[in-house]
Amino acid sequence: MDLVRACLDRIDAVDPRVHAFLSVDRSSALDAARRWDTRRADADALPPLAGLPIAIKDIICSQGLPTTCGSRILEGWRPPYDATVVTRLREAGAIVIGKTNLDEFAMGSSTENSAFGPTCNPWDLTRVPGGSSGGSAAAVSAGMAPLALGTDTGGSVRLPAAYTGIVGLKPTYGRVSRYGLVAFASSLDQIGPLARTVADTALLLQVIAGGDPRDSTSADLPVPDYSASLPGGVKGLRIGIPREAMGAGLQREVNDAVLAASRVLEQAGASLSEVSLPTIEYAVPTYYILAPSEASANLARYDGVKYGLRVRAPDIHAMYTRTRGQGFGGEVKRRIMLGTYALSAGFYEGFFLKAQQVRTLVRKDFTVAFGSVDLVLMPVAPTVAFKIGEKVRDPLQMYLTDIYTIPVNLAGLPGISVPCGSANGLPIGLQLIGKPFDEATVLRAAHTYEQSTEWHKRRPQLT
Amino acid sequence: MSISPSIVDHVARLARLEFSSEERERLVRELAAILDHLAKLNELATTGVEPTSHVIPMTNVFRDDTVGRSLPREAVLESAPERDGEFFKVPPIIETEPGP
Repeated sequence: MDLVRACLDRIDAVDPRVHAFLSVDRSSALDAARRWDTRRADADALPPLAGLPIAIKDIICSQGLPTTCGSRILEGWRPPYDATVVTRLREAGAIVIGKTNLDEFAMGSSTENSAFGPTCNPWDLTRVPGGSSGGSAAAVSAGMAPLALGTDTGGSVRLPAAYTGIVGLKPTYGRVSRYGLVAFASSLDQIGPLARTVADTALLLQVIAGGDPRDSTSADLPVPDYSASLPGGVKGLRIGIPREAMGAGLQREVNDAVLAASRVLEQAGASLSEVSLPTIEYAVPTYYILAPSEASANLARYDGVKYGLRVRAPDIHAMYTRTRGQGFGGEVKRRIMLGTYALSAGFYEGFFLKAQQVRTLVRKDFTVAFGSVDLVLMPVAPTVAFKIGEKVRDPLQMYLTDIYTIPVNLAGLPGISVPCGSANGLPIGLQLIGKPFDEATVLRAAHTYEQSTEWHKRRPQLT
Repeated sequence: MSISPSIVDHVARLARLEFSSEERERLVRELAAILDHLAKLNELATTGVEPTSHVIPMTNVFRDDTVGRSLPREAVLESAPERDGEFFKVPPIIETEPGP
């Protein structure tokens, strides 16, 4: 109860300025806290997240609570069911404290594309928290919730984690069920944990990971004990740094912080080497064909017929075009147009098919690299958090923010961002990428790094 | 790589979207710039490369055709912008709809 009250008080105190939350479920949270308090007397029987408040990105279905996807087209909609991850969280005792802000339908890198206003970075309210899971990251960073869920299709968990100085993990594609996750790009989307420390991230991943018969793309593979493998250290671990990822285009402080972090891991017993990912420069254009194409299909369902916004019209065709024209924001419409074009007759081979082939080449680069290393280390983003409004007018500039995160989604690999430095008071993230379903090694290395430094103890000065 | 306004109109029809004339103008410019960047993929030789549609090795995920729990009809119809009993109600679907 104290913890939930503290979070709600913190939300009241700072969220009017940060705008991390789109809805807060005060009464249910307090009721749940009361229930867990009475069960606490019987400490042995408590599930792993008992009584812990969690913030959930508003693209994940929570029964009875509004789920807007940051869009006017779903404003006011309440799902009739919980996503699998939400069911698992509830069973583990977690308390859903509210739904967090995001770029509309998870399309964006700054949370500026929300129909309900941007979220501000707790480290500097004039800057973005990153996106698209900016609300979830800001909530954890500002102490409004100890845990949060985000989603990552092209970097949307790792980037905001880096910009707000917390830990964010994108699991291997298929590690976590997508049932109840409103689909953006079905071959790329993954739900991921956000928390202050690697240990908390591992705990949260443990609860949500695992196959689900209701998601046929989820992997029916056993889930290891992530928390148990954290203290293993990194002696003998082989870490590769891609030559194409360092130097060019990187803010100097980011380059220095990431290299310094690699030396910390080396001190701890890991061996560093250079690897090559030659197709990495083609990852952004590949993604910006594949993701919008999949999105154009996934967002066809928003037509005013069964749920969400309906704009009245004399015939059904006008109802579709007016509802979608008015309900979707600019970035969503831009991506639907791109995707529809790339899939249309006459353009399909040159765009969509070509991009799928380049995706194979990106995957092959990583497979080759993992032939000689256990982890790949690189930056999360080229710079620290940028100013609100700085990139919003230039879609292409915004897309290039994801240059280091997108390759990991294309290859379906697990990747984490951990705080590793700061430039002008703004956090810098270190990215560690592992082999498929090897979250245990990613978490172990991230934990070792974190415990050897003080970055994870820093807090934004928000009063 | 420029994109003609008529192609933008064609794609908009396919996507069931409508735009004001300013939005359409802006789209033509923005899409042209993005498409220019996407053309970078043509630098790569991809003959004979298998396309990736799914990153983890998986085929034919089936389940038994048994009855399970479904969403209650009322819970689903609650979200309907307009309903008529058990049906979702929509405006007339007229014969002469705009071509593809």
